[in-house]
Amino acid sequence: MKNGVGVAQNIVLFGGTSEIGQAILRRVVKPGVSRLVLVSRDIDAANRVSQELVGAHPELDVHHVRYEASDATSMEHVVAEVADSIGDIDIAIVAQGLLNEGADYYANPAGLVEMVNVNFTGEMVLLYALAARMRSQGYGKIVVLSSVAGERVRRGNPVYGATKAGLDGFALALDHELVGSGASVLVVRPGFVTTKMTTGMKKAPLSTNPETVAQIVEKGIASDKKVVWAPAPLHWMFLILKNLPIAIWRRLPI
Amino acid sequence: MTMQRLSGWGRTAWTVADVINTTDENTIRSTLALAGDRGAIARGLGRSYGAAAQNAGGTVVEITSEHDPMGIDAVLDPISGILDVASSVSLDSILRMCVPRGWFVPVTPGTRFVTIGGAIASDVHGKNHHFDGSFGQHVLSMSVMLPSGEIIDLSPEVNPAWFWATVGGMGLTGIVIRASLQMLRIESSQVRVETERLANFDAVCDAMSGDGEDDSYRYSVCWVDLLATGSSMGRGVLTRGDHASAAEVDNDDPLRYDPRLRVSAPGWVPNGLLNKLSIKAFNEAWYRKAPSKRHVGMESIPAFFHPLDGVNKWNRLYGPQGFIQYQFIVPLDRTDVLRKVIETFSSAGVASFLAVLKRMGPQNLAPLSFPTEGWTLTLDMAAGIKGLAELLASVDSMVLDAGGRHYLAKDSHVSPSAVRRGYPRFEEWMSTRDAMDPAGLWRSDLARRLGLVDPRRNS
Repeated sequence: MKNGVGVAQNIVLFGGTSEIGQAILRRVVKPGVSRLVLVSRDIDAANRVSQELVGAHPELDVHHVRYEASDATSMEHVVAEVADSIGDIDIAIVAQGLLNEGADYYANPAGLVEMVNVNFTGEMVLLYALAARMRSQGYGKIVVLSSVAGERVRRGNPVYGATKAGLDGFALALDHELVGSGASVLVVRPGFVTTKMTTGMKKAPLSTNPETVAQIVEKGIASDKKVVWAPAPLHWMFLILKNLPIAIWRRLPI
Repeated sequence: MTMQRLSGWGRTAWTVADVINTTDENTIRSTLALAGDRGAIARGLGRSYGAAAQNAGGTVVEITSEHDPMGIDAVLDPISGILDVASSVSLDSILRMCVPRGWFVPVTPGTRFVTIGGAIASDVHGKNHHFDGSFGQHVLSMSVMLPSGEIIDLSPEVNPAWFWATVGGMGLTGIVIRASLQMLRIESSQVRVETERLANFDAVCDAMSGDGEDDSYRYSVCWVDLLATGSSMGRGVLTRGDHASAAEVDNDDPLRYDPRLRVSAPGWVPNGLLNKLSIKAFNEAWYRKAPSKRHVGMESIPAFFHPLDGVNKWNRLYGPQGFIQYQFIVPLDRTDVLRKVIETFSSAGVASFLAVLKRMGPQNLAPLSFPTEGWTLTLDMAAGIKGLAELLASVDSMVLDAGGRHYLAKDSHVSPSAVRRGYPRFEEWMSTRDAMDPAGLWRSDLARRLGLVDPRRNS
């Protein structure tokens, strides 16, 4: 159960080894948080993540659940397994996702399917399962890691952009569906975040780091916002980018 | 039944439940029969600060009779002063009915907008705790609906274990349907109040200590300025008094009672209106307003007992993020902890609009009743203050390490272990509760957070 000072007792991270996800956990795990579930493919890696949190919060009870982020059909079962281990889900942070920058999908169409399954199909089914659970709980917050890439899909990584565009639109509408249920969705739109996912890539303007994203997410949860941008000025930048004529947009070096 | 978003008086931690408003026993019974696996809880006027009377995803039976066209469901015996009253009736209604007839409620909290059911479930206390004890001690008997829909009679003589588990039991043992209360005889509706300004915290503790003088007043409470620093740290205004006799009241209608609401707080107050600066200014004015020498005067019942009820919906003054009220008690000899707590809040820059200190009398027989011999300090603060969770966790440890505890009717943040450490008879209460509700029907958000119901089922 969440408490009166904005602390959630039970928190779940999907994509338990995500760097942004971990940074968010470092922010939202504070006195009062009792149970944490890391849902990941690699439990050993997720376990290393939890060591640090348990060190800072010895009373924290950490559970692990294994899943395959691309396996949409398993999501209902995964959410049930999480709820069985901790009861109500106060905050679910959904940080699963692939970037695959520079992938050649002409040569490897299977990689494209994998990306769509993780970033869109699997995640959408997961969000539905979480929404159903939180609707029956009468409260709960789903934090969805979207991306500015979905705001206007660019030629450099169109599959990634398209999955995020689809996910973002779905998550916003899911929040509308949940109005009156007590549950809600926070859509997070980070720009270029320096993580292992982006190692070696050229930094985009207004790039940020996981800690800044986490700080923005923490504030967003407390303020009951529906969308947060990380960093905030990206909102204004994309208002312009979205409205650029196609001829200019496709030539932009981003 | 309608889906409704609910919170406590502090306007934090909102959740949605299926809410039905009824005072009809048969309707309550059929509602309970249909309640799903997230259970049910009774709700009165929603004055408990935290999540005691809400039930996320479950059923909430709202049992109030503020606008009952049939009038007040209460019968007063004019000779004995015994009031037989439905649990849905508020202290406000009871006072309107009984004060003109010369009877006062035995215990009133700082608001009169609480129902009898809520007053029993929270075992509320007032400025007379050191003198008269808490609300449950004046309940002669009550009828309680069990999960099956069966209504049983409980009293300190008939099934005392179940009676005392229900007093202070936060609604988790059953739904109180009716109660019989011993009212207090009064000759006038005025209170003779002595007001005294005390220059620092030592003076406050000295004046209120149980050396005999404080015990001679039925009502005693001290407002404390938490923002004063240095030599005036913990300065306060002590008010003590008792009901005035008819002779003292120079009036041809000494029992006249007129508790009109004055103003309403607007709905648009932003977060942060009550901040350190505005509260500091208020505290200074409030302290200066009190007479520097001991002063005796007459005050009306609403002015003395329920000053905040004069502002309708005053809980909105903290803005949309809401506020929390922090009330704890420590043993009489631990004024050092009180001082440390005040210093901790003060140095963290936490401003409290209300800070009230009271010396409590002995504990009653209810395992979850909050008051016990000691000092209780109550403060409220905006819920959105940065770092509040960490700050409160450190204060919680100070309180628990000193053998103190927290008031569940006001709690909105403590951990499950805080209840187990603070209430030594907790396990005893749990086993009585389980006997009264073997299937675990009664659930509230407070119970979920603190594990007050079977911890194996935390949904």
